[in-house]
Amino acid sequence: MTKGRFGIHGGQYIPETLMNAVIEVEKAYEFYSKDESFLKELDYLYKNYAGRPSLLYYAEKMTRDLGGAKIYLKREDLNHTGSHKINNVLGQVLLAKKMGKTRVIAETGAGQHGVATATAAALMDMECEVFMGKEDTERQVLNVYRMNLLGAKVHPVTSGTQTLKDAVNETMREWVTRIADTYYVLGSVMGPHPFPTIVRDFQKVIGEEIKAQLLKAEGKLPDAVLACVGGGSNAIGAFYEFIGDKSVRLIGCEAAGRGVDTAETAATIATGKVGIFHGMKSLFCQDDFGQIAPVYSLSAGLDYPGIGPEHAMLWEKGRAEYVPVTDDEAVAAFEYLSRTEGIIPAIESAHAVAHAMTLAKEMTSDKLIVINISGRGDKDVAAIARYKGVELYE
Amino acid sequence: MSRIKNTFGKDKVLIAFVTGGDPNIETTKRLIRAISAAGADIIEIGIPFSDPIAEGPVIQAASARALAAGCTTDKLLDMVAELRKDIKTSLLFMTYANPVFAYGKEGFMKRCAECGIDGLIIPDTPYEERDEFAGVCSLYSIDLISMVTPTSADRAKEIAKVGQGFLYCVSSLGVTGVRDKLTSEIANVIKVVREVSDIPCAIGFGISTPEQAKQMVHYADGVIVGSAIVKLIAEHGVNSIEPVAAYVSEIKKAIRGTL
Repeated sequence: MTKGRFGIHGGQYIPETLMNAVIEVEKAYEFYSKDESFLKELDYLYKNYAGRPSLLYYAEKMTRDLGGAKIYLKREDLNHTGSHKINNVLGQVLLAKKMGKTRVIAETGAGQHGVATATAAALMDMECEVFMGKEDTERQVLNVYRMNLLGAKVHPVTSGTQTLKDAVNETMREWVTRIADTYYVLGSVMGPHPFPTIVRDFQKVIGEEIKAQLLKAEGKLPDAVLACVGGGSNAIGAFYEFIGDKSVRLIGCEAAGRGVDTAETAATIATGKVGIFHGMKSLFCQDDFGQIAPVYSLSAGLDYPGIGPEHAMLWEKGRAEYVPVTDDEAVAAFEYLSRTEGIIPAIESAHAVAHAMTLAKEMTSDKLIVINISGRGDKDVAAIARYKGVELYE
Repeated sequence: MSRIKNTFGKDKVLIAFVTGGDPNIETTKRLIRAISAAGADIIEIGIPFSDPIAEGPVIQAASARALAAGCTTDKLLDMVAELRKDIKTSLLFMTYANPVFAYGKEGFMKRCAECGIDGLIIPDTPYEERDEFAGVCSLYSIDLISMVTPTSADRAKEIAKVGQGFLYCVSSLGVTGVRDKLTSEIANVIKVVREVSDIPCAIGFGISTPEQAKQMVHYADGVIVGSAIVKLIAEHGVNSIEPVAAYVSEIKKAIRGTL
C-alpha cells in the first residue's frame, strides 16, 4: 500500500503535475509537526488569537426538556471567525509561511473555511485567493464580503454544479498552474495524503479538550460524541481522541438533504460507494459509471459528494456510526437550540443537534452526550428565513 | 512489443485526442476514422468524467456536452469494437480513476482488450498509485501510459523505468488547453529520462499550431494535440469532420520529416 492510507482508503490520486508540491508539503509537515518552536507558536495562536480552549457547556434546559441523557455542547462556534475551521487554517497557514510560501489558495463551501483562511492570511501577511461555487456565493453573500474585507480575492466557480466539489476542482487546477509560491490550504480531512492527516492533527484539539473538560466536570468519559460530517474535519477533530475509548459511541451526522431515498441528498455513507476522487480513495456519491453525483443539502458546508478517508475506515471497522439527517430535521434543530439555549448553531452543526435530540431521549439520565457545535449560525439566518418562506429586507 | 510502441521509430508520431461522445457517438466515430486517415498515428479517446480536474475549460466543456448527450463507458467500448474492424491506428482511452474503478478494474480492462484498446491514460493516478491499475492492465496487455512533467525532477527516472507504450511528457505546468507560448523546460526532463530508458517520449499540453508542433517535436518522438481539436469540434459540432481532418493533416505535415 502507498502512503497515507486509512485501511484501503486515502492515498495520493492526483496528477503528476501536483506530486512534487504534495511531497514538499509532506516533508515540511514531517519536520514542523515535531518542531517545538512551531508547536509553541501554534499553541500561542490557539490561545491568544482563536480563543482556545473553547467552552464545554452543559445544556441544562435542553437536557431537562428532552428528559434523557445529559447534554454538553462543545462550543467551537465561539472561536474567532465563528467555527472550528480556524484551528486548521492557523496550523496550515503557519506551515505555509515556514515553507517560504507567499500565497495561499483555498476552496470553500459555506464560506467558513474561506473566511478563516482569509483571516489567517491577513494575520500572517500572505496573499489569499478563495474559490467558491457561484451558487454558494449567492447563498452566502455576506461571507464573500467578509473575505473581501479581509483582503482576499474570491473567485466564483461556474463549472459543474457550482458548489463545494467544483470549488475543490478549481482550486486544484489553480494550484497546478502556480506551485512555486503557492500553498493549497485544504479545508477538510480530505484530498491527497498528507492533507487528511494534517487537517486531523490540527483539529484533534477539539476532542482532547472535550475529554479533559468532561473529566473535570463529570469525572468520566462521554457515552456518545456527535458531530456533523461533510468532508468530516470537525467530526474527526472531536472523535480522534476517543477512538481508543471503546465505550464512547462516535456518531457522524450526514446531510440527507430532502431524504436518502431522493436524488437530492449529500449523505455519502448512506448512499455512496467506494471510489477514487479528489486525490483519495474513499466513499463517494456516484452513478453506475463512476460519474460524481450532483449532491444537495440546504447546508453549503455539507454539500459534498465524498467523505474523508479516515471516516470511511472508521465506518467500515464499525468504530464510528453515521446517520443521515434531513434539511427539515436540521432546520427544526436550528430553531430548537436557538430558543432553548439561546445558541444559534450553524446549519451544519444543527444536523448533529437534530440527531442528539432523538438519541438523548433513548438514553437514561446517567449517560453523557457531547454535541460538537462546529460553528455559529449567524451566516445562515437569511437562508433559513428563505427556507421558512420569510422575506427579509435590509 | 505493443502496437503503441511499434508506432514509434519510423517517423515523428502524431497523437490526436477527442472527447468520446462529443457532440454524439456517431460523430466521434466519423471523427476517429477521419483523424486516422489524415495521418494521426495514435488516437486518444477521452471517456468523459463529471469532474476532470486536470483539464482546462475546453475539454471540461466537451466532457459536459458528451455526458449531457448520454455518453457512457459502455457506449464508447462498443464504438471502439466497431471501429477496430477497419482501423489499424493505435487507440487509447484517457479517463480518470473513478470511471475505471466504478466499472470494475478487471471488467474494464477485459472489455478494453476485447474491443481493441491498446493503452490507457489515467491522469489522476501518478507513479505512487500506479499499482492500483498496473496489475490488471498487464493481465490484459493494455499499456498503462505514464506522465512526466517539468516538476517531476528526480522522479522522472523511476517513472520512465516502469513506463509502457510511450511517456506522456507534459509541456508545462497547468491544465490542458491551448497556450500562446511554450517553453522547452520539458526537454531537460526528457534528457533525464533518456539516461535510463529508451521509451518513446511524446509532448502534450498546449500544442495547437503547426509551428508549435514542429518546435516541440524537436525534443521528443512525437506530439499530442488535444484541446485544439476539441475546440474545432465545439465550434462545428456534427460538421467538424472536415475541419478536424484538415487540421490533423496540417500538423502531421509540420512534423513529418523532422526525424
